[in-house]
Amino acid sequence: MTAVDNAGDPPATLPTPTSLRTVLRRFRHHPLGLVGFGLLLLIVAFCYLGPVFWKTNQTDVNLLDAALPPGPGHPLGTDTNGFDVLGRLMAGGQVSLQIGLLAALFATTIGTLYGAVAGLAGGVVDGFMMRLVDVLLSVPFLFFVLILSARFHANAWTLALVIGAFSWLISARLVRGEVLTLRVREYVLAAKVMGASRRRIILTHLIPNAMGVIIVNITFQVADAVLVVAALGFLGFGLTYPTTDWGSQLASGVTYISADYWWLIYPVGGCIILTVLALNLLADALRDAVGRKAD
Amino acid sequence: MVSIAPAPATERVLTVSDLSVEIRRGDRVVRPVSGVDLVLHRGETLGIVGETGSGKSMTGLAIMGMLPAGGRITGGSITFGDTELVGLPPARYRGLRGNDIAMVFQDSLTSLNPTRRIGDQVAEPVRLHEGLSRREARRRAEEMLALVGIPRPSERMDDHPHQLSGGMRQRVMIAMALVCQPKVVIADEPTTALDVTIQAEILDLLDDLRARLGMAMILVTHDMGVISRHADRVGVMYAGRLAETGPTPALFERTRHRYTQALLASIPSLTHDRGEELYSIGGAPPDLSVHDVGCGFAPRCAAATDRCRAEQPPLVADGAEPAHAFACWHPADGPVERTPARLAERPAAVDETSAAPRLRVVDLRREYPAGSDGWFGGRRTVKAVSGVSFDVAPGETFGLVGESGCGKSTLGRMLVALDRPTSGEVVFDGVAVSALRGRELGERRARLQMMFQDSSAALDPRMRIGAILREPLAIQGIGTRAERTARARDLLDDVGLPGSVLERFPHELSGGQRQRVGLARALALDPSVLVADEPVSALDVSIRSQVLNLMRRIQRERGLSSIVISHDLAVVRYLSDRVGVMYLGKLVESGAAEEVYAAPAHPYTAGLLAAVPGEEGPAEADRVPRIHGELPSPIDPPSGCRFRTRCPLATDLCAEVEPVLEPVSPTHQVACHFPLQTKEGAR
Repeated sequence: MTAVDNAGDPPATLPTPTSLRTVLRRFRHHPLGLVGFGLLLLIVAFCYLGPVFWKTNQTDVNLLDAALPPGPGHPLGTDTNGFDVLGRLMAGGQVSLQIGLLAALFATTIGTLYGAVAGLAGGVVDGFMMRLVDVLLSVPFLFFVLILSARFHANAWTLALVIGAFSWLISARLVRGEVLTLRVREYVLAAKVMGASRRRIILTHLIPNAMGVIIVNITFQVADAVLVVAALGFLGFGLTYPTTDWGSQLASGVTYISADYWWLIYPVGGCIILTVLALNLLADALRDAVGRKAD
Repeated sequence: MVSIAPAPATERVLTVSDLSVEIRRGDRVVRPVSGVDLVLHRGETLGIVGETGSGKSMTGLAIMGMLPAGGRITGGSITFGDTELVGLPPARYRGLRGNDIAMVFQDSLTSLNPTRRIGDQVAEPVRLHEGLSRREARRRAEEMLALVGIPRPSERMDDHPHQLSGGMRQRVMIAMALVCQPKVVIADEPTTALDVTIQAEILDLLDDLRARLGMAMILVTHDMGVISRHADRVGVMYAGRLAETGPTPALFERTRHRYTQALLASIPSLTHDRGEELYSIGGAPPDLSVHDVGCGFAPRCAAATDRCRAEQPPLVADGAEPAHAFACWHPADGPVERTPARLAERPAAVDETSAAPRLRVVDLRREYPAGSDGWFGGRRTVKAVSGVSFDVAPGETFGLVGESGCGKSTLGRMLVALDRPTSGEVVFDGVAVSALRGRELGERRARLQMMFQDSSAALDPRMRIGAILREPLAIQGIGTRAERTARARDLLDDVGLPGSVLERFPHELSGGQRQRVGLARALALDPSVLVADEPVSALDVSIRSQVLNLMRRIQRERGLSSIVISHDLAVVRYLSDRVGVMYLGKLVESGAAEEVYAAPAHPYTAGLLAAVPGEEGPAEADRVPRIHGELPSPIDPPSGCRFRTRCPLATDLCAEVEPVLEPVSPTHQVACHFPLQTKEGAR
């Protein structure tokens, strides 16, 4: 007998009535989430479709056009190497978004499997696996990445890998927590009684049911990774010429801050903020939609 | 509208007339209460009874002015004394709430603030409403705690809620509700979360306080037994409307509404003839977001006519008894007319297959570590199961009853090898399952299945019913995908569900349908032993009997051996051939179901039976008064007989020597030094 009458609404009493359709329906009623989603679509379109319409030369330095303020031909001016800032924003955005997404996917995959195994195994194995996570979390991330980048030249792939290698720890903790609550659910016990293997339980029951949490986590992770790439670029340990990213652009702009080249700072800064904001709004809305805070 | 005639010379405290409530959730509008009339007189208890979604709780919340978000009163009025409560400004409502109208909630664990001392929590309403000083308020709180039966209240005042047991917390909740001496108390399922022996104590306490303080009480519950024992008048709700109302004896003896009549008939009782199928109401309650013209019960009613489906019946008074009103076009006279369906006798072949039991439990023990006593103390353990032995023959159903915390669920988990015993063994068809591991266990398990309590938790919410039913076959590698689907279809047919359910998700089904799917899944591997842990306790009464009948039928047809675990004595009696009564990890009594229920030998069993509301206990109930107090801690169980701390017959012998199971008849054993039935061979 359930505690309180739920006004004849049996689905609402279920712990996770989150079919894809329900999620979409809840998401549609989330204005901020829609704003975030729309913004993100605009940013992606700007970075990937933009270069089709706004063709610029982003490989050859042209000192004759260096540091032009916004004007005809260069709506956002040019930087100190004579690259068109608008075109450069598009190119840099592509790299930043790719690294962010790649790092997040990498981190979430590792973290999900690790967390699910630890949570289901429990006991000593779980204790050992999670203490390892604690140890790795206590390594100062930025410091470590700076040392790495000082020794090796980063490209998009290695940067994504390094960022992912640090951020899976958070996913692992999150998924383990979720699995700890899921593994005592009766449907998991039921599968055990039928003789299901541990592998089967993880893949068919635990991960699909933790998927909501995982997807939300990916979105937050992309936002974080975009910020980390920007931070590394800013510190000068980002990607090397000819590839660029928003962080490196911001860094070069700040170098000339006393020269009042404002168009080298505000557009790229705005892009970073808008992207991270859009991703965070989207993640918040998704979190509500999959029922973390729903009802 | 019919005015329900008040009992003479009593003063009306609360009048609800034509109350309608609507709740908006997104695009959906649900009408949990439509056109309800209630009258509450000074000093009486009005019971409101109904199933989940009948609107009984919403009616209570509407009176308190505490409807959930999106809820509002769309019509009617609530008058308290001379004050109209509908549309009352929030500030004035706050002045009434807790002061003149108070509420006792169901779950004391979440309704008490875990970070504050209970004394302060009980004192809070007095300080708010009467503006007493801190010291005065504490004194009042202490008095109130003494009144609700908290021993040594001055010492308990500074305890936090987690330091009290469930029954004690419920007493604190009641103290909090009554401390301002309200005129009306609304008790919403006040004992549903409690064990049957404690439930009886709490309800008696509420009755006693109501009489002493001269309050009026609205008792909201789903339990007909509670109502029949504790309410003066009853309102039966169905689909947001009052179906029938009247004085308790009249309503129970001369039931007029078809729903009430069917509901009463479908409750398994302790005196039900086990050979007969339970009466059950088909279908499920209506969806309240759809506006219905006719009687809400019509689709499930055997006597329904076109008029029932087209026109809402008004609440009219019975000619002979003006206080008894019902909303039915074709009122019933007397009990349900039906030809009792006899259950087929068990096929004889099953009994003869072998003399050996199919499942043997030998001195099973399970202890859990419970942290240690300080840094250097020894490790303490929770003794969940302490030496239980029994046999289950092929085709036999063994019922395990006991209060929460007695270890019955732990035992059930060990039977299907979800948990390993600390010592002892579970022998299934001659093999000790409890010692198996890995692949061997995986294969053996197929024959030992389990049915779970909460059907919404036991089915993976992301899998379709088809996938859920195919899963056991897929795990054991039986058949191709097409064969598995065909098997799933057969299984659904066996449990009375259409094949179209295969494509549905669990949340699209009703509770009863989900529980059927749970049973079908447990049967998929054609097990020979089925363990059912509280198979119907999450279901509403009208759905419960459908599932119980189904389980009975399947047990018979398949010659399954089953173990039914429940706190509900009537459910166990209906399903089981033999029963075992557990107390604090021990089997205190076991034997043929009829014998144990008719002539309990252990004082605990007798006390449990006597505490079931709505049932006249067996003759021994006079000899054995109600069980008082609560279950001792399983970390440190009492010496000797574990029940001695609550037993009215206990002597020094009980504290020193632990009684063992001894026969009172060839089919009935008891572990007690002073059994209520003469032991065989003794005397």
